[in-house]
This record gives sequence, C-alpha cells and structure tokens, in this order.
Amino acid sequence: MDARRGSLPVPRVRQVGFFTPNAQPAPTRSQSGPPDSSSPPLSDSPASNSLSPVMIPPPRHHSDNLAAAPRPTSPLPVPEPSPFRRRGADNNNALLVGSYNPAETLLAMSPSSSHVGDGESEETMSGGWFRRSNSGKLASSLPSGTFDFSPVQSTAEALKPNKVQNPVGISVLNNTILAEVSARPAPKEQQPEAPSSSKQPKPKLTKAERRALQESQRAAKAAAKAVAAPEEVATIKSVKQHQTQKKDAPQVAVSVAASERKGGDKSQEKERRKDAPAPRMQFDDKSRVEKAKRRSVVDQTEAKKRVELFRHLPQYEHGTQLADLESKFLQLDPMHPAIYKVGLQYLAGDISGGNARCIAMLQAFQQVVKDYSTPPEKTLPRDLTAKISSYVSFFTQCRPLSMSMGNAIRFLKNRIAKLSPSLSESESKSSICTDIDRFINEKIVLADRVIVQHASSKVKDGDVLLVYGSSCVVEMVLLHSHELGKQFRVIVVDSRPKLEGKALLRRLVAKGVHCTYTHINAVSYVMHEVTKVFLGASSVLSNGTVYSRVGTACVAMVAHAFRVPVIICCEAYKFHERVQLDSICSNELGDPDAIGKVPGRMDVNYLNDVSNSGNLQLLNLMYDATPADYVSMIVTDYGMVSPESSWTWYMFIAVFQLVLVCYFYLCSAKSFY
Amino acid sequence: ALIPLLILLKEGKSSSLSALEDSESSETPTNPTLCNSGQSKTLFTYFHRFPTLPFLHLPILLKKMDFQVVVLAGGTSKELVPLVSKEVPKPLLPVANRPVLSYVLEQLELSNLKDLIVVVEGEDAALRVGGWISGAYVDRLHVEVAAVPEDVGTAGALRAIARHLTAKDILVVSGDLVSDVPPGAVAAAHRRHDAVVTSMICSTPVSGPVESGSVGAKDKIKKPRRFNIIGLDPTKQFLLYIASGAEVEKDLHIPKSILRAVGQMDIQADLMDAHMYAFKRAVLLEVLEQKQNFHSLRHDVLPYLVRTQLKSEILLNGTPQAEENGHDKVTSESNQTIISQILANASTPRFHEVYESIHNGSPTVQRTHKCCAYIASNSKYCARLNSIQAFSDINRDVIGEANRLSGYSFSVHNNIIHPSSELGSKTTVGPHCMLGEGSLMGDKCSVKRSVIGRHCRIGSNVKIVNSVVMDHVTLGDGSSIQGSIVCSNVQIQERVVLKDCQIGAGFVVSAGSEHKGESLTRKEK
Repeated sequence: MDARRGSLPVPRVRQVGFFTPNAQPAPTRSQSGPPDSSSPPLSDSPASNSLSPVMIPPPRHHSDNLAAAPRPTSPLPVPEPSPFRRRGADNNNALLVGSYNPAETLLAMSPSSSHVGDGESEETMSGGWFRRSNSGKLASSLPSGTFDFSPVQSTAEALKPNKVQNPVGISVLNNTILAEVSARPAPKEQQPEAPSSSKQPKPKLTKAERRALQESQRAAKAAAKAVAAPEEVATIKSVKQHQTQKKDAPQVAVSVAASERKGGDKSQEKERRKDAPAPRMQFDDKSRVEKAKRRSVVDQTEAKKRVELFRHLPQYEHGTQLADLESKFLQLDPMHPAIYKVGLQYLAGDISGGNARCIAMLQAFQQVVKDYSTPPEKTLPRDLTAKISSYVSFFTQCRPLSMSMGNAIRFLKNRIAKLSPSLSESESKSSICTDIDRFINEKIVLADRVIVQHASSKVKDGDVLLVYGSSCVVEMVLLHSHELGKQFRVIVVDSRPKLEGKALLRRLVAKGVHCTYTHINAVSYVMHEVTKVFLGASSVLSNGTVYSRVGTACVAMVAHAFRVPVIICCEAYKFHERVQLDSICSNELGDPDAIGKVPGRMDVNYLNDVSNSGNLQLLNLMYDATPADYVSMIVTDYGMVSPESSWTWYMFIAVFQLVLVCYFYLCSAKSFY
Repeated sequence: ALIPLLILLKEGKSSSLSALEDSESSETPTNPTLCNSGQSKTLFTYFHRFPTLPFLHLPILLKKMDFQVVVLAGGTSKELVPLVSKEVPKPLLPVANRPVLSYVLEQLELSNLKDLIVVVEGEDAALRVGGWISGAYVDRLHVEVAAVPEDVGTAGALRAIARHLTAKDILVVSGDLVSDVPPGAVAAAHRRHDAVVTSMICSTPVSGPVESGSVGAKDKIKKPRRFNIIGLDPTKQFLLYIASGAEVEKDLHIPKSILRAVGQMDIQADLMDAHMYAFKRAVLLEVLEQKQNFHSLRHDVLPYLVRTQLKSEILLNGTPQAEENGHDKVTSESNQTIISQILANASTPRFHEVYESIHNGSPTVQRTHKCCAYIASNSKYCARLNSIQAFSDINRDVIGEANRLSGYSFSVHNNIIHPSSELGSKTTVGPHCMLGEGSLMGDKCSVKRSVIGRHCRIGSNVKIVNSVVMDHVTLGDGSSIQGSIVCSNVQIQERVVLKDCQIGAGFVVSAGSEHKGESLTRKEK
C-alpha cells in the first residue's frame, strides 16, 4: 500500500501544450466512466508528487466508443476485414487470456466470446477481467488516490467465485485499503467527496467478514513462514498488526495512526517516502537547473536548441559529455570503479535495454557492497544507503534511469534499511549480495522464463508475428517458440536512428527463424498479414499505459486498427504506480544529431548545413506511451493480464507477492526441473 | 609522506638491494603493520609482504580505481647523446628549466594517482632520479623508484618489476611524455570497453622551428619523422593495426581476418603512439612471460596484442571464470548464461563479438580480445622527448603555445624572467622566452624564443635565437647562438657562432670558432 497516496494536499498542476487559459481541459473528452470519478482522481493523483501531470486529453478512444461505432474512431483507414483476416481473427480465440495454466485462474480473465471481429468481442478483449460496467469505473479511478471503494468491492465479488486463494487475497486487499483509509483522516477536509467513499466500507466489515479476514491472514502467514521471503512477511505483518490494533481502538483513527507509527508499518511508510523519487526536475526551470549543475559530477552543457514542448526534459550536448567524464575518471575519489564503468557505458550507449541496464546496475552495486567497509563511527545501513544514493544520482547524470531501475533501487534500499542491526558487517554484506542476486534471478531471469512459457503458448503454427525494435523477452519468446518446433514467420519492424532491430534480426536469422525486415514506415503495409504483435515494454504504468521505445505506440495503434492482437511482454518488476497520460511529461531525449546521421556512413549528414540555422530544432524522443486501449494483453511473470487491470495488478503484486511467489515456485519447479 | 624506495634489481631478478630513505614516514594507514614497525623495516620485507597482503592494500587500490601506475623513465638514452650524461640522465633533462619527468608526475598527481612506480635504467640514474624526486615531491607523491639494468627495454623493465604489480589494470606511462591529456581518460576508455590494452594516440607534433629562416634548410635535411601507421575501426575506438614508420618499408601487412571482421579500416599516418598504455595486468604479465624475447612494449607487445586480437592466444578466461565461480553459490549456471546473454544482446555488438559468434560456437570460451585506442583531441598538447629535435621542439612549445603545461605565470610580454636575474642595458628578451634565476646578461643582448637556465653568465652583444641554454653556462661577448642546445657548464668564448649545434656538458668552445650542425662533446677521460 502506498502511503504517499493521500499525503499530498493539492498537487501542483502544470499545464503544458495545448490548452486555453482558464479552461478546464478535462471535460471535453468523451467519457465512458462516470465523469465525477475521473476528474477528482486527477487532482489527487499519486503521481502528482512525483511528476506534474500534463493536462492534455490523450487521444484515446474508449472501447465503449468502439463498441458503439468502431469504424469512425479507428485512426487509420482500415480495410474491410477480408475473409483471411477474419480467419486470422478467429485464431485469436487461441489468445484467450485465461487459457494457459492455473496461474491465470487467479487473474480470471473471462474467456471472450468466439465471434471476434465485431465490437462486442473487442470489448471483452480489452475489458478484460471485470465486467464492462465496472471496468470503466475502475480504470478511471485507478490513478486516483481516493479509494473509491465500490469497484474494488466489485472486484472482490467478481473474484470470489473463482478459486480458493482469491477470497484470501481480496480480503487482505480490502483490509489494507481500509487501513489506509482510516489511518488517513487528512484528505477529508480537502475533498468533499472523499469522506463518503472512505467511510462507506466501515460498516460493511461485518463480524463474519472480519473472521474471514483473520483466517485468510493466518493462511497467508503460514505461507509466509514456508517461503520466508522477508519483505512479504513485512507486509503481512503490518497488515496483521494493524488488524489487532484496530480491534483495540477501532474508532479513533488518530490513535491508530499513532500506534502504527510505533509499529513497523509506519517506518516502512517513512522509508517509502524516503525512497520516493524527489519531484522530478523540470529542466525549463532555470534556477533549479543551475543548482543541480553545481552539484553534478558530469559537466554537461545544455543543448541550446530545444523543441518547445520538451523543454522540461534534460537535454545535453552529446559528444562532450563522454570525453569529459572520461577525463575525470581518476579524479572522482569516492566512486567505485564498477559504478564508474557502468555509468560510462550508459553514457556511451554501450548498454541499452531495460533489463540489461538494470542487471548491470545491480551487479555494480553488488561489487560496491562486496568491497564496502563501514567507515568508523558510521553504521552500515545508513552509510551504504547514502553511498548508493550518490551512485544513483551519478547514474542519473549519465542517463536518466528507467522506471524499472527505480524499482530495483527501491528494493535494494529497502533491503539495506531492513537489515537486522545484530548482524555483523560481513553477514549483512553477504545478505545484501544474496538479495541482489535473488532480485536478478527471480525478478528478471526467472520472470523472463515464465513470460516465455506463457507467451510462447500463444504462438501457433502458421502465425506471422510482428516485433518492433529489440526486446530481450520478445526475442526469447521467439527463440523458444522456434525451439518448440512451431512454424511461424517473424516480421522485424525497425526504426531509425538506433536500428536496434538489426541485431535482433541477425540473431533470429542465425537461429533459423524466417524473418522479414522492414522499417516502421511500412508497418501499415505489412500489418495485413500479421496475426499477432509482440512488443516489449520499458514500463507498464498503473493506468495500463505501456511506456516503451518510441514507435511502439504507432505499431500498437496500427495493429489495433487492423484488429491484430497486441501482446506486451513485461516483467512485473517493471510495473510502476505512476500514471502518465502522454509521452510528453516524462520522456527521454536522445542525441538530436543522431537523426541526421546515416548509419554506416559517418561522413554523410544531410542536416549538416541546415542544423546551424535557428529555424531548425531536432527532436529525438526515446520513449512513447501506448494507451491501454491498444493493448490486448500484457504477459507478466505472474500470468497474463489485460492492461485495464494493471493497477489492480500492481496492487496484487504488492500485496500477494508472497502467495504468488509460492505458487510461482511450484510452477517453475514443475516446468523446469 | 614520501618514501622513495630504491630497489635495485640486478639482472632483472630478485636479488634486491634496498634502502629506505626519509625516516619521517607515516606509512599508508591501511597497512598497520608497516605503520607501527615503520622505519626499521626494510623495504625488502615490505615488498615481500606485498603479495601476501592484498586485502590490506585493497582500499588504496580502490581509491585509484584499481589502477597501478608505472612510469618508465628510461636512463641514459642513446638518441639524446650529447644532451644526456651520467650526471643528467634522460628523466632529468630540463624542459623549461624543469626535469622532463616532472611533467608526467604532475599530470598524474592531477589525476589523483599518487602511488607510482618509477622505473629507471641504470643504478646511478636511479639514485639521481630518486634523489630528485624525494627532494621535489616530499609530501605530495608516494613514489617507488626501481632500477633495472640498462638495455632491458621497456618490456624487460616491466618484467623486472612484475611481482610488484597487483592491481587489475596497469597504466604504463613513458617518463618522457610531455602532455596535458588526462591519464584518466585513457583509463576510462580502457575500462569502458573492458579492453586488454588501450593506447593513447595523439596527432604527430609539429616538428622543426616555427621561425622562418632555417625552415628551408631544415626541410631538405629532415629525416623521415618517426610516425606510426595506425589502423582504426570506423568508430575510432579500436586499434586494428599499428606499426612504427621505420618498420614500414613499402607494404603494410594486415591480417585478412581482422579486415574481414571489421569491414572498414582507416589507416592514418598522422597519428603517434604516445606511449601511455593501460594494460590488463594478467594479460600483460602473461605475454611478458610467454614471449621472453619481447624487448619493447611499443614495438613488440602492443603490435603482438593488436595482431592477435581475433585469435587470442592468451588465456583470457582465467579471471572472469573465477569471478563467476563466486556467484555460483546462489546462481545456477543457466541463469548466469541468460544474464550474460541479456547483457551481451543489449550492447551493440562490436566486431569482436560478431566475429566470435560466427567463428566460434560456444560463447563461454573467449577467443578475442579488444585493443582500444584513445585518441587525444587536437586541442591537447602531446609530445615525447625522444630525440634532440623533439627536445628543442618541446622546449619551444612549453614556453610557447603550450605554456599552460609549464606551470609558470607569464609576464605581459609573454615571457618569464626570474626576478633574481639581471639584464644589462638595451638587452631585449622577446616573447616565448625564459630566463632562469640568477642569470646575468650583459648589454645589447637579444633573446628570442629561447630558454636560458639558471646562473648563466652571458656577455654583451650576444644573440640567442631558438635555442636552449642550460644551467651555469658562460657565453662570451659577441657570440651568436641559433637553433642550438647548450648543456650545463659549457663555456663559450668570445665571438663564437653556433648554428644548429648541440654542445655537450662541460665543453669549451674556443673563441672565434664557427660551427654549423655539429654535435660537440667533451672527450671522455
């Protein structure tokens, strides 16, 4: 549970781009859910303390609209589905999300109807887990900090009949939300609507229900003992603690909060708050940029010509940074060589890709921990955390961190903070090293394997799969499917300037996969023959938005217009609680000169003569956000979900990790050993 | 605290003679045993404990990024014969009235590299260099001076001190390098690519005097400059071919495999190997051990490593394997391969990896190694003092265009005149000149683009152009010196005309004589 959610009173709303002064921008968009539930959420967004939401209504069309009038909303002139297409679409039945293995029963994707192709089935595809009526509401309340309880309640109802574990899970979820609500009296004054929604659940908790809760927790605790995964234990413990306290003093919310402060929960909250990224630097804010520059290790010159809409993002003159950082190599005393090496590789672009960057970072941290010795008069948890923070800021200077790396860092700091003080230095060091190893193995390597298992079950003989860019999970899926002897073809879509697909293509062809290589310009042409689109993701946000390499949104949209299912493969550690509606407010700018360059011909640069003129600004965006509507399914290591449920999914992961890990161990043990 | 540790390694073997100077030592705090026992302990024991106590030494190494620095200072070089002598070995040759070695040491000090090993050829030279270092760098650097026999070459010198090398990477710097390229940049490039060797490459310095007049004559008699032929990959990060200009007669022999793997190679003749290398220690030591006939780093070791980079004969897998074994307790083997695969796929494959994947099925056995090049930008100054011509060039540049290197503050007239020196009436000292302390000059003298050392006595009506005059030189009235190098304690009598000459130390040039393009030295007793 996230304590930050309610702690901010009124967020600063920063308006960027297309808006008229004094006009409420939000209401103009067509709403599928109730309008009142979507506008307050924005103002109370949890993300608002970490980023300023941009108030541009995203050009997303809801699937409800699609159901009503599918044709006009499609962004491309889509041809009438040909018989072949229809057949291809019928194949999609194979894609039903709840089909692979027991893990999915937990996710309970209801099988969609068989007549794919009209609006109805489209709706069930994207509607996913919940019935349509709820899902809209839930989706719109996802970003909100107010715990609009009814959808969650309905979630519980929806889940109850499913499986044994589900009531357990949901009741714990309910309970934690309850705890959250009661421990937080503050927002009441600010929002007139909040009290009604926050008070609502209290009477609902009947005696019988409470008993059920307790039992469920007992079960969870037993499972916790079995696995002894410490952080999950902590979560459960805090929940339990809260439960007991609530019995003592159910009325006085303040006293609950106070007693909580004594308990582990509050300290955990504090840590969370500490770990939370500081409000992101807005690089059009001159004074703060100056301040940051004084602190910074890397001497960076801000690019002079920047595109107006992206002034708030850091952009530096590329080319000088690396040389400068290299020349300082031996002068920065406290930097560990491993850290410096990884930083250099980030800056030079030697390592790219979310997983690789994360692994490289964690391995560097492991080296640091191994070589670490506590200085006199300091304690290991504090000093090491401070050290790691300084390293993280160094990494950020080399290249902005991805959200998955943020998650990994949060995990690491959390582990360090939770070290028992009775441990000796070497013990705690080895424990941290094991934790890092475990993170890499479980959250990345094993997760990838499970994703590969899941996703390759969706690959059928005769499929034509379209992949974009180079994602390591997608590559593994393709190779694994190929090893299983499935007959399929791959279309690798690539884009300039990085042309990452080339390397993927090379590896696929080397393994004997039939491939077609094309650039993104031709995606609408090749989409005719495609039966499934597999995409990787840098992060999946809590409103289901997929944040990924620039161009992904385009591919997904075209696929959506052609009724081709879009499957996103993303490890669960890349899920992020942030909500982002567009790719403007948070993005990364690459080297603008790279656009003008011709790969392989360093001497050719057609923009050379005009790039000095003041009229030309080059924009090299690195990421974009794909709205959830264009994504059919997200394959994670915990199973397959619809993007709409990714918020709930995020909560799920937070609360039930334990149960799932337990299950997941069994599952992986079964399938691999 | 400075402890110039003098190791005199005879025949490059372990029979060591040791001395510990400078009793006011507080040893590095990380080595408490030495701290306590301190002065009474001999160096000998110190060095013998060294390999057995790697952990005690580790924090020091970490401080400097696990790099160890070896400065190859050389001894009495043959190429510089009239200039160097028993008294003034090559490292102590004055450049703008400072020993040339000080330029390297100060550059290293700027980069926080304070633990150095300075290797000097010859015991006498080592004693002199050690004496000078202990005087000049008390409290600033922790220098160990090692003496190796003469004529062992740079490779031999490293072989001799091999057992003192403990860090992961070794930075080998030539002592005659006058440069303001930060050594850290080379080290960083080395680390970034995980290379076996990284060489600093700079553009060939402009040689010959800038002043007109002698240019025409110089060009005709100019020897072919010892440039290098250097082949680089299109990204200019990897070294594909290296040969010194003298070796290349007419043809270049480039292995076809390298060319095929890279696809495109830029061969440049305007670059120079600056003799600043970062080596992976394990590889360096192995090559030195296997190839006992290798004499020089520049001519043997580096070209060998570059040549064999795609079919590496050196055992590269020793260290990484050991590292992985450490993880093994937690990680299963398959996970490790997945991780390494993810990491490998994430980076844009260099030609090494591509070649490896084509020609070598299993990824576990590494058969290629990387040789990197760090190309210094043109704005940096970089030159090596390895010839007489280079000596005068560097002297000219250090007080001229590259005056940031000299460390002196220049006057408004763009020259340095020590306050204790005395100038006669109507004497002019032009820009880009330097006059050392305590020098006396008579009337109507003219000095242009020259360096004059300490305590020189210069008569009246003397003309000095484009020359280097070292310490304690006496110049008679009416003499004219152009483009020459006059070493210490030389006595030049009246009306001597010198043009493009080198005068060895203590020589006496008789009155009225005229010399052109000669090298004059005192006869050995």
